[in-house]
Amino acid sequence: MKIEIRNGRVIDPAHAVDGSASLYIAAGKIAALGHAPTGWQANRVIDANGMVVAPGIVDLSARLREPGFEYKATLESELAAAVAGGVTSLACPPDTDPPLDEPGLVEMLKHRARTLSLAHVYPVGALTVQLAGTTLTEMGELAEAGCVAFSHADMPIIDTQLLSRAMQYAGTFGHRVWLRPQDAHLARGGVAHEGEVTTRLGLPAIPREAETIALATIFALVRATGVRVHIARLSTAEGVALVRAAKADGLPVSADVAAHHLHLCDIDIGWFDSHAHLVPPLRTARDRAALREGVVDGTIDAICSDHTPVDDDAKQLPFAEAEAGATGLELLLPLTLKWADDENVALGSAIARITQLPAAILGVAAGTLEAGAAADVCIFDPDEYWRVERRSLRSQGKNTPFLGLEVPGRVRYTLVAGQVVHEM
Amino acid sequence: MRNPQLNAEGALKHLLTLEGLPAEVILHILDTAEPFVSVAEREVKKVPLLRGKAIFNLFFESSTRTRTTFEIAAKRLSADVINLNIGVSSTSKGETLLDTVDNLCAMNADMFVVRHSQSGAPHLIAAHLDATGRQDVHVINAGDGRHAHPTQGLLDLYTIRHYKGDVRGLTVAIVGDVLHSRVARSLIHGLTTLGTPEVRVVGPRTLMPAQVESLGVRAYSDMHEGLKGCDVVVMLRLQSERMKGALLPSAGEYFKHYGLTTEKLALAKPDVIVMHPGPMNRGVEIDSAVADGERSVILPQVTFGIAVRMAVMSILAGN
Amino acid sequence: MTPEIPDAEALLDALVARLRGAVAYDAAFVGIYSGGAWLADRLAVAIPGDHPVGYIDVSFYRDDYATTGLKPNPKRTALPFDVAGATILLVDDVLYTGRSVRAAVNELFDFGRPAMIELAVLVDRGGRELPIEPTYVGARLTVARDLNLVLTRDPGGTLSLAAEPVAGN
Repeated sequence: MKIEIRNGRVIDPAHAVDGSASLYIAAGKIAALGHAPTGWQANRVIDANGMVVAPGIVDLSARLREPGFEYKATLESELAAAVAGGVTSLACPPDTDPPLDEPGLVEMLKHRARTLSLAHVYPVGALTVQLAGTTLTEMGELAEAGCVAFSHADMPIIDTQLLSRAMQYAGTFGHRVWLRPQDAHLARGGVAHEGEVTTRLGLPAIPREAETIALATIFALVRATGVRVHIARLSTAEGVALVRAAKADGLPVSADVAAHHLHLCDIDIGWFDSHAHLVPPLRTARDRAALREGVVDGTIDAICSDHTPVDDDAKQLPFAEAEAGATGLELLLPLTLKWADDENVALGSAIARITQLPAAILGVAAGTLEAGAAADVCIFDPDEYWRVERRSLRSQGKNTPFLGLEVPGRVRYTLVAGQVVHEM
Repeated sequence: MRNPQLNAEGALKHLLTLEGLPAEVILHILDTAEPFVSVAEREVKKVPLLRGKAIFNLFFESSTRTRTTFEIAAKRLSADVINLNIGVSSTSKGETLLDTVDNLCAMNADMFVVRHSQSGAPHLIAAHLDATGRQDVHVINAGDGRHAHPTQGLLDLYTIRHYKGDVRGLTVAIVGDVLHSRVARSLIHGLTTLGTPEVRVVGPRTLMPAQVESLGVRAYSDMHEGLKGCDVVVMLRLQSERMKGALLPSAGEYFKHYGLTTEKLALAKPDVIVMHPGPMNRGVEIDSAVADGERSVILPQVTFGIAVRMAVMSILAGN
Repeated sequence: MTPEIPDAEALLDALVARLRGAVAYDAAFVGIYSGGAWLADRLAVAIPGDHPVGYIDVSFYRDDYATTGLKPNPKRTALPFDVAGATILLVDDVLYTGRSVRAAVNELFDFGRPAMIELAVLVDRGGRELPIEPTYVGARLTVARDLNLVLTRDPGGTLSLAAEPVAGN
């Protein structure tokens, strides 16, 4: 199917493209940008007047809840939510039930996703069997089945010797290791950031040292082993500083932040709003400012959604008992645009944080509109505001602290492999 | 953000926490409690105010003391009282917290007195009632996790006012495990809202919440310093679990540094009053000589507690 | 059109004249706050006999709690005598619908079983909604429904009556 996208503002940060141009798509790939290929006859023309034409969004963390948690969400609902949010490639963490520690599970997940022909799904495999932190998984087999990286989801690896060995093993074969910086002991029992808010509300607390101590441990191991590590979800100002210093030192590390943490802080818990119960916890305004700064100066490479659909029953509980997490696939673009607007970041630079840069961390060919690339495209109206409501969200997870708020950035068309999979 | 405890007219709809309540509302409750004290002194200890109303004691955390005082207060108002001890709440037990609430509303509950081990549970219930249009069902927080115990805070304020008059001239010390104490948090909010010039918290650092000064108090880890010149000393209960979590080594060492003895009490003003929310651990946080001594007002606190709860229920049910 | 409001002190004198010699020597005078309480004090001085004085706050016995809630600042009912077997003169300033008196009688019965209750009021303005009649009256007045009749006491102790519009008029 030959598709022509006209009159849009094409932004491709990977190739410093930002301007009005036409995009030509054929046989599922980008055929040309700017000038039509010879003998071009479009089957469909999309008028992108007033819209931005960008590479499909690449989300480093989106829980699809399959296998095992189908009552919370399914591939059908979440991949539909993904493309509704302009996300054409996403990585899902291994904390499914059972966890992604066996090639068969990974293959089945990839197969299921492929048949739906919506967003591309890149599973992240478990570093240890059952995520139990004792035995290494067969990373070679898992990589062959399609895992692009290995992580421990939100489970802390308590045994530092095991952590060191897992990193070294992965490093031997060039596999990527993603780690969440949270010290198990200091964070034990905590549900919110240790500070004025937890003191007032009487909630068990997670001190910021839980993140900084874990980062120091991880960086010491990186220094010793030379293994490339991606830090999943920063939340503290001190954490950003540590990553900045590590990069300045030449350590092979990258980092991401969840979009929520660029906008919210612990005060947003209000009167125990469980929608604000997140992992890592929302910290103070000072931390939020440092995270925003960290994305601006590139210390933090990518913004992700950390999409976690939670069923209503699991959220309508007292704060500490409520399941952590927020739905986010459909909010990644709006929240990134809002951050860019607040921090005076150019649109192209902002889009890079959710396309080109996360694609590099994933190590997949995505996040660009160069000729020959897969035609994964997100066409959106950057000036259209829409209201976040239960019925406007495609995801089965309606759990978001942004309910009732208006956010900028309406995705009008999403194409995956040259097919229009979402339009409105 | 709208105060979830007040209705559209600014009148009290739920009592969830003393934090954020205007001083007038707190004073109104204390003033209303005064005549209720005399009801206890009559032959027929009842007034017909809440006749026909159904009050459900929803206790997810067991407590015979608190439940009994609420029950007595409700019965003295001629209300029907139903006690539900749900024990440890968990969705794995079957019915969710909010489902339980919905079922009880279907049985025409007028008021819920809720005690829960998790901070925020009464707020969740109140928000659910408001969201489902049940404007005339009221929630009283009888203690939620570490967060708040507003009726205890109110009866403590009543006691202080009764013996010491206006709090605006007083130095008050709260001693013990502030980190885990909903009693301390509620009393601190009440005292600061009513303008108490000096509120002190005394205890070891492991039992102090982070940035406790942000509550408007001064923190002391030396009890001798903390008690100097106090008008009121409030002793908090030390739970035995604290010795297991690496927060404290032993009850003995705790008593040595933070237990209230006659000798330490002498540092306060000569007419100091000693309070305790109960139940007391004699020899751990307080000496028997002080607990039973002439400066102790621990028993009157209990009497005032019933009157204060009667006042809260009457005000809520009438709004 | 404002009615002629008589002088409260003159009405009190008239009431005292009716009570003297008629009310029991050992009757307890129980005044309903606030106007009735002031009157009970004055009557105890003016009428010879052994008359313990009590005060009653009817806030907890009112029949309008369901619609208007708890009245602000309820006061303490204080009855320094044994109600059981007592002869009581209930005293109020203005008798109107009769509901306050009904509440006061109910409250008295929660303290014990009196031998007899009589009612003395400074002004009976009619408009009864319950079958209650005063035993002793200072004066009968007709007052428009949109006016409240209010008794006040100045710092010197002098009582006076005034007509005020009902809130909302």
